[in-house]
Amino acid sequence: MRKFDDGGWNPYVAGALVGVLAILSVGLTGQFLGASTTFVRMAAAIEQVVMPARVEANEYYQRVAPRFDWQAMVLIGVLLGAALAAWHDRSFKCEAVPPMWAERFGPNIWKRGAVAFVGGIFAMFGARLADGCPSGHGLSGLMQLSVSGFLSLAGFFIGGLVVANLVYRRNA
Amino acid sequence: MNLLWGLLTGIVFGFLLQKGRVLRYEKQLGALRLQDMTIIKFMMSGILVGMVGIYALTGFGQDVLNLKATILGANLIGGLLFGIGWGLYGLCPGTAIGALGEGRWHALFGIVGMWVGAALFATLYPWLTETVMTWGDYGKITLPDILGLNPWIVIAVMLVGVVALFRWFEKVRL
Repeated sequence: MRKFDDGGWNPYVAGALVGVLAILSVGLTGQFLGASTTFVRMAAAIEQVVMPARVEANEYYQRVAPRFDWQAMVLIGVLLGAALAAWHDRSFKCEAVPPMWAERFGPNIWKRGAVAFVGGIFAMFGARLADGCPSGHGLSGLMQLSVSGFLSLAGFFIGGLVVANLVYRRNA
Repeated sequence: MNLLWGLLTGIVFGFLLQKGRVLRYEKQLGALRLQDMTIIKFMMSGILVGMVGIYALTGFGQDVLNLKATILGANLIGGLLFGIGWGLYGLCPGTAIGALGEGRWHALFGIVGMWVGAALFATLYPWLTETVMTWGDYGKITLPDILGLNPWIVIAVMLVGVVALFRWFEKVRL
């Protein structure tokens, strides 16, 4: 069934090393991995340019202000680290539409883009409501045995399983 | 200094995400379509190792836990909404940035969507804090807390259970 295998590392080993990274990060700096809060800060930073009054008046943007913090640096690092790894084994590829999507729904960039855009809206709204994404709730939450992590992760997978199988149902 | 640590942590994280091949739409949808469990293997391996290490740190007297509150309404409804979006987008916030790093620029559409989602959440925040985010608020609790068990018992059970799951994945070649 592993149709798209492509010369990566053993996922158990790569994943276990992420566990080691998380322990080091928590032990040395007290920081748990996460990603979605930074998207709020980015949205706030963009809105600050377009409509600063709204950011000023918004309770949530006052709590999650548009500032540059540890997690923002992590995301810049992720961008660089992924590029480095892709360059290292020559798996970097400029890809306009994911192959699995193209095989089923064709190579139209805008059709794929529209679905991804709507998906992104739901994903981030949900992540902020749940107070975390697969990094913050999934990795960091479960490794602390947090009840919120288990509940949120169950939600992620139930929602994802249903929608993914609807999107790729036969005769679609 | 803190920012520099963040950058270093991110570079290693991004490198491992890419090498584990979990930044791909195919891998994420592969798991959700129950065809390829790569991302589950990756994530659960990280959790198992991390869990032992984090609780070992607390055992050495370091108060490291930084829990997110358990609020049934917010965690479950938010979680489901995230899942719906994930099934459509095929990437999550962290992997979207990584996917961009390995050239999969279609991740951008969803990144713009995620900014819109964040703005929408900020708009509805006052209403949500009075409704969904108050439904079933249990505060910062762990599984060992609610089960009344020593964390190491829970960790041992999880280790055995997840390793059994891994063995099954390999047996059925998922």
